[in-house]
Amino acid sequence: MLIRVEHTTTYRYARPPRAITQILRMSPMQTDGQHIRRWSVEPDFDARIHQGTDAFGNITHTLYVDNPPHELSLLVTGEVETTDTAGALGQIPERLSPLVYLRDTALTAADPAIRDLAEQHAAGPALNRLHALMGDIAGRMRFRIGATTVHNSAAEALSLGEGVCQDYAHLFIATARCMGFPARYVSGHLFREDGMNLQDASHAWAEAYVEDIGWIGFDAANGICPTDRYIRIATGLDYLGVAPVRGSSFGGQNETMTVHIDVKDMRASSQQQQQ
Amino acid sequence: MAFDEMNGTGGEIRSPYAKAAQWLANASPDLLKTRSRQAELFFRRMGITFAVYGDTESNERLIPFDLIPRIVSGAEWNGLEVGLTQRINAINAFLKDIYGPQEILKAGIIPPELILTNQAYRPEMQGQRPPRDIWVQIAGVDLVRTGEDEFHVLEDNVRTPSGVSYMLENREMMMRLFPELFADHSVRPVETYPDTLLASLKACAPEDAGGNPTIVVLTPGPFNSAYYEHSFLADKLGAELVEGSDLFVDDNYVYMRTTQGRRRVDVIYRRVDDEFLDPLTFRSDSALGVPGLMAAYTAGNVTLANAVGTGVADDKAVYTYIPDIIRFYTGEEPILKNVPTWRCREADDLKYVLEHLDELVVKEVGGSGGYGMLIGPAATKAEIEAFRAKLTAAPEEFIAQPTLALSTAPTLSDGKLVQRHIDLRPFVLSSPNGCSIAPGGLTRVALKEGSLVVNSSQGGGTKDTWVLED
Amino acid sequence: MLSRTADSLYWAGRYIERADYLARILEATLRLAAIPTKQGTESSIWAASLATSGCPLLPNSDLTDPQDIRDYLAFSPDNPSSIHCCLTMARTNARSVRTALTVELWETINGAWNRLQELDMPLRGDELLEFLQWVKGVTLGVEGATSRTMLRNDAYWFLRLGAAVERADNTARLLDVKYHLLLPEGERVGGQFDYFQWTTLLREVSALTAYRWVYRDDVKPWHVADLMILNRQMPRSLASCQATIVRYLDRLAADYDNRGPAQRLASAQMKHFEGAKMDTIFQSGLHEYIQSYLAENRRLGEAIHQQYLS
Repeated sequence: MLIRVEHTTTYRYARPPRAITQILRMSPMQTDGQHIRRWSVEPDFDARIHQGTDAFGNITHTLYVDNPPHELSLLVTGEVETTDTAGALGQIPERLSPLVYLRDTALTAADPAIRDLAEQHAAGPALNRLHALMGDIAGRMRFRIGATTVHNSAAEALSLGEGVCQDYAHLFIATARCMGFPARYVSGHLFREDGMNLQDASHAWAEAYVEDIGWIGFDAANGICPTDRYIRIATGLDYLGVAPVRGSSFGGQNETMTVHIDVKDMRASSQQQQQ
Repeated sequence: MAFDEMNGTGGEIRSPYAKAAQWLANASPDLLKTRSRQAELFFRRMGITFAVYGDTESNERLIPFDLIPRIVSGAEWNGLEVGLTQRINAINAFLKDIYGPQEILKAGIIPPELILTNQAYRPEMQGQRPPRDIWVQIAGVDLVRTGEDEFHVLEDNVRTPSGVSYMLENREMMMRLFPELFADHSVRPVETYPDTLLASLKACAPEDAGGNPTIVVLTPGPFNSAYYEHSFLADKLGAELVEGSDLFVDDNYVYMRTTQGRRRVDVIYRRVDDEFLDPLTFRSDSALGVPGLMAAYTAGNVTLANAVGTGVADDKAVYTYIPDIIRFYTGEEPILKNVPTWRCREADDLKYVLEHLDELVVKEVGGSGGYGMLIGPAATKAEIEAFRAKLTAAPEEFIAQPTLALSTAPTLSDGKLVQRHIDLRPFVLSSPNGCSIAPGGLTRVALKEGSLVVNSSQGGGTKDTWVLED
Repeated sequence: MLSRTADSLYWAGRYIERADYLARILEATLRLAAIPTKQGTESSIWAASLATSGCPLLPNSDLTDPQDIRDYLAFSPDNPSSIHCCLTMARTNARSVRTALTVELWETINGAWNRLQELDMPLRGDELLEFLQWVKGVTLGVEGATSRTMLRNDAYWFLRLGAAVERADNTARLLDVKYHLLLPEGERVGGQFDYFQWTTLLREVSALTAYRWVYRDDVKPWHVADLMILNRQMPRSLASCQATIVRYLDRLAADYDNRGPAQRLASAQMKHFEGAKMDTIFQSGLHEYIQSYLAENRRLGEAIHQQYLS
C-alpha cells in the first residue's frame, strides 16, 4: 500500500513558557516492510532541531525553542510504501542485543497474574505460543478508551480487564518476557479499513524476538500480526521509551495538547478521484 | 579472633602503631574525653551531618568520630595502591567494552543476560563514548582486612560514592586536636585531594571546552543525605553547587542560569543517580535532573562524572566476575582479592547457601547501605527462615559471602580503649592522565561491640586514616 | 552568581522586611483598638488591619474575630505572610545560600528562627507586644549585620534590593487601604477618630516624630500623604524606596557591566517622582496613583525576576 500520514500536534498555553525542549520519536525507519518515500517533521515556529538516532535505533529530533508563541503546531507528514511481511521485521541494523529486551520496566513488570498467564503458554513451538498469547490477550481484554491512562502498567491493565492499544501491547510484552522471549513496544500508525482515517492517537503494538526468525510484530488489540496497513515508527522497552514527544518547558502555564492524525491509502483515494 | 591493626594476632605492637601505642598508653582518659567532646562540638557547629532515610525523630545526625587514627604503613599502602589502580583501570576498560563491542560477552567470560538485563546497565549508553573515554572518574572502593597480608575488596563503588568529605574533615580535626602526634609521625597528606579531583575533572572535559572548563557539582538538594558533602566539595573545588533547575540544555550544550545570563557548563560532577538525571530520557517524574541532558551528553558536549551506566560494574552480581574482568582486560592476575562469593542465581551455589544460611552474609544484588541483608551468625531463627523464603522466591537477586573476620582497631568507648571492627574506603580518581589515589581514605568503624556493620546509617563511626611515610 | 542564589538572597531580604512591616501593623492596630470610639468597633479596626497587611486570605475563611486576625497575622502557619512564616522563609532562603552570607548575618537570621521554635505560640497580651518588639529588633539586627559585615558585591545588592522592593510595596499598600483618610476633601477632617487614624498610620511606620520635624504642624492628611509619597528624607516614602531600588539596580548594572530592562523600568518609574506635586496627584486621583504605583512595582519585580533571578 501507499500510505500517507499527516500527524499534527498542537500546543496551547495560557502563558507561553520561556523555553521548550522536546525529544521527538516520530519518524519511521526503513525496513523490509516499509519504504519511506517522503517524510518530514515541520514545526510552525522557530526551533533549533538536532536529528539523531537513539540506542534503540529510533530516529530522534531534539527541538530547542526560545520564547514560543501562545500556540504552536508540529506537522509530521509522510508517504510510506508498505508490503505485507506477515509481521516479520526482516533484517535491520540493531545496536542492542535482543537480550536487552528481556528487561523489566515499571510499566511492564510482571506480577503473579502475568506469570500465571505466561505459564499457560509454556509449551509448543515458539511462534505458536506467541500467537496463542496474542489471541488469549485479545480474548481477555476489552478495548475501552478512558479505562486506563498512559501511566497504567501491564499488571494494572490485566487486573482491570480493559484498556487501549498501549495496555494490550504492555501486557503482551510483559507476558512474552516472562515466557523468555525478548519483547518490545512499537509505536506507529494504522490505516483503518473502516474509513476512520482521522484519529487522535498513534497506534501501538508489540514485537517479540524468536531465535532464527528475528523480530515479529503482534497487535494484540486487533488480534493480528501487522500487515501492510501498518507503519512502524519507534521501538523501545515500553511506552515511555517510544513516546512520540517527551518534552519539558521552563516557565509558562496551562499547557494543553491536541493531536490529529490522518492516515490515508493514497492509491485508494487517487482511484476515487479518477472515477 | 580477628586480626587487630595495632596488635596483629599475637599481641606484639605492629610497627606502624609503635609510636601511637606509646602515646595512647600515656594519654590520660580525661584528655581523650575532652578531645572527643571538642571534636563533636566542632562537627556539630559546622553542620557536618548526614540525613538518615526513614528517621523521623531528627533527620540530621552526626556521624560519630573516633579519635584513634587507623594507621597503615607505607609499604602496605603501596600494595593497595597498585591493586586499586589495576582494578579501576580494568573496570574502566570493562565499561568501555560493555557499551561498545562487548568482547567480554562474546568471549563467554560473563553470561550476557547478567549484563544486558541488569537494571544498572543503561541501553541508552550502548554505542556511546563519554568525553575522553573515562567512565569512572571517581571510585570509592571498600576494602576489608582479615590478616597481615589479607586485603579483600568488598564493593567497588563506581556510581556516586560518598564519604570523601569525612576523609578530609577527619584529618583536619586530628591536626587541630593532636598537633603533637603529627610532629611524631610522618603522615602522608590527603589535603591535596580537592586539587587532584579538580585537575582530574578538568582533564576529562570535552575537547572543545577550552583551557579552563567550567565545572559544577550537581546535588539532588538540601534534603539529600550527603548534601553536606556536596556543598563541601563544591567549596573546595571552587565550583558552583547546582541543582537540576539551575541547569538547562540548549542546542545540545549545557548551561547554568546565572545573574549574568547563561554560562556554559563543561563538566558535571554529579551526585544524582542515573535514573534521575534527565526526565526526557529516564524517569519522567524526576525533578532533580536536567531535561535534555542526555542529548548534550551523547553529543559529547558535556562530561558527566561518573559516566551514565557505570552501575553495571559495581553491581553485586557482576562483582563476582571482577577477577575475570581484570584478567581479561589487563592480562594480569588480580592483585586485590575479592571476598569469596556464592552466586545464588547458580543452582549449586544456591543449594550451598540455603544449607549454610546461619553462617553466611546474604546480600541483595541491588541493595546498598547495609540494608536488606542477612548476617547469618547474628540472625534469629525466625529471621533466617523469613530470609530463606525471600531467597528461594528470587535467588537471582542475591549473593552470599562468608562472614569475614574484619580486622579490628583500637577505638575509644567512654574514655576506654576497646577493639572494634573496621573497613577502609580509599578514593580512586581516573583521568586520561592515569589514576590517582589520596593516601588514606575513609575508615569506618562499627561502634557496637562485635558488630560487623560499619555503615553510618546503622551506627557506624569514622576514623582518620594515616598512611605513613616509611 | 547562580540565579537561584540571587533569588534566595532577594527573597530573604523581602521576607525580613515583610516581617517587620507586619509587626508594625499589628502593634499599631493593638494601640488603635484599645481606644474606645463610636465609629470604629474593634472588629472593623482589625478587619482594616487585615486588609492593610496584604496577607492572602484562605478561600472560605471567615476571619472576623479580632483574636483570630491577630493570630493569623502573627503566627498562622496557613498564612504564608504571617510573621512566623516570613521569618521561617527568610531563614530557609538564607540557609540555602549560607556560604554567600557572613557568619554574623547567618547567625542573626538563624538565631531568630531558633528563638521562634522555642516560643509557645500563639502569644497573647503583653507577651504579644513583647514579641512584636522583638521582631522589630530582629530586623534591625539583620540590617546591622548586613551593612556592617557584608561585602559590597552582588550578594549584598540582591539582599538589599529585595528589602527595598518589599518596603515600597508595603508603603503603597498601607496608603492604598487608608487613602480615603488622606483626601483633602475628606469628611469630618480634624475629628478625633481621624486624628487617631493618622497618627496611628504614622506610628505604624515610625514617622510621627519625623512628621513633626518636617512639617512643624499638627497632623494634616495632605502632609501625611506628602510625607509618605514624595518626601525624600523619609526612608519609607515611595520616592525614597524607588531611589533606593534604582541605586541598587545601578550597582548591579555596574558590577555586571550590563544594564537591562529592570534598570530601564526602575529609572522610568523614578522620573514620575521628579518634580511631582501632591496637588497634581490629588487632582488626578490619589487612589489611581497608588494603584498604578503598585502595578508598576509588581512589573519591576517581574523584570528583576526575569533579568536576574531565573
